[in-house]
Amino acid sequence: MCEDGPVVTVTLEERVLARNDDLARANRELLTARGIRAINLMSSPGSGKTTLLERTVRELRQPVAVIEGDQRTPLDADRIRAAGAPVVQVNTGAGCHLDAAMTRRALDDLDPPPGSLLFVENVGNLICPSLFDLGEHARVVIVSVTEGADKPLKYPYMFAVADLVVINKTDLLPYVDFDVDACRRHIAAVNPGATVLTVSATRGSRLPDWYAWLSGGAG
Amino acid sequence: MHELAIAENIVDTVCTRAAGRPVRRVTVRIGALTAVLPDAMRLCWDLAATGTAAHGAALDLDLRPAVVFCRACRTDQRLPDMIPLCPCGSADVTVTTGRELHIVSMEVA
Repeated sequence: MCEDGPVVTVTLEERVLARNDDLARANRELLTARGIRAINLMSSPGSGKTTLLERTVRELRQPVAVIEGDQRTPLDADRIRAAGAPVVQVNTGAGCHLDAAMTRRALDDLDPPPGSLLFVENVGNLICPSLFDLGEHARVVIVSVTEGADKPLKYPYMFAVADLVVINKTDLLPYVDFDVDACRRHIAAVNPGATVLTVSATRGSRLPDWYAWLSGGAG
Repeated sequence: MHELAIAENIVDTVCTRAAGRPVRRVTVRIGALTAVLPDAMRLCWDLAATGTAAHGAALDLDLRPAVVFCRACRTDQRLPDMIPLCPCGSADVTVTTGRELHIVSMEVA
């Protein structure tokens, strides 16, 4: 076209994330058809996601497969593989979250066995991952007692989308100023429907609650 | 900075729909409950549009507040924050606006 015609307004009314959401729906259908339940695991860096997963891989009486998201390095995938689960590492580079397309590519590589439990360990970040549906069946947010108990109020978008919130590192409670009851209240304020569990992934305390939630569906 | 990924999604969508015509202006509706920052969107817009049919297109943002309908007091209430609680104290509320993330329209030449 060499010359501009008149300017025309085109009504779109299209969801911005329509393409991601469509891909996510396709992922969910594929997983459901194979009897695979997918959990999107989100938190800030250092909350203990990988430690909780290592322990879960070793102790859960069900096949587990893992998609590991990080900006750089295969370090977390190496830990999961050493614990005994098939794993695919996704490095997002400059990206701060996983999306449905990255998840699909990882799923094609990983090919998790039918009937398994699939964990997607999202990039450590309490903001961006909350917006992107990956095709998971449930969303878990982990917060550790070395963080502030007010984190649910500071990062409400993330806590608002959680089905389950895990308060981790409870073995450190004697040494830190973290009010578990206040944290529970803050979670309930932004997300009245969320289930809350307190665990120590390194010591293994209260992990049966976590395993019961995983096998019991939505808890 | 998820706004860059979101801006790229918008550019992809409008360029597809424009089918080769240059895009002059795009209107996007953003709700207060979506974790999308208007300033960050504006910052990412030119970057995402560069080299596409939307190169140089203006971005208009239609910002929507977070509003809930409270079943206890039967009123619409604007939320000052992310906490879905009516000023009357009831948590029996439904979000009516604030979750929008839509491409409303575009102007093409």
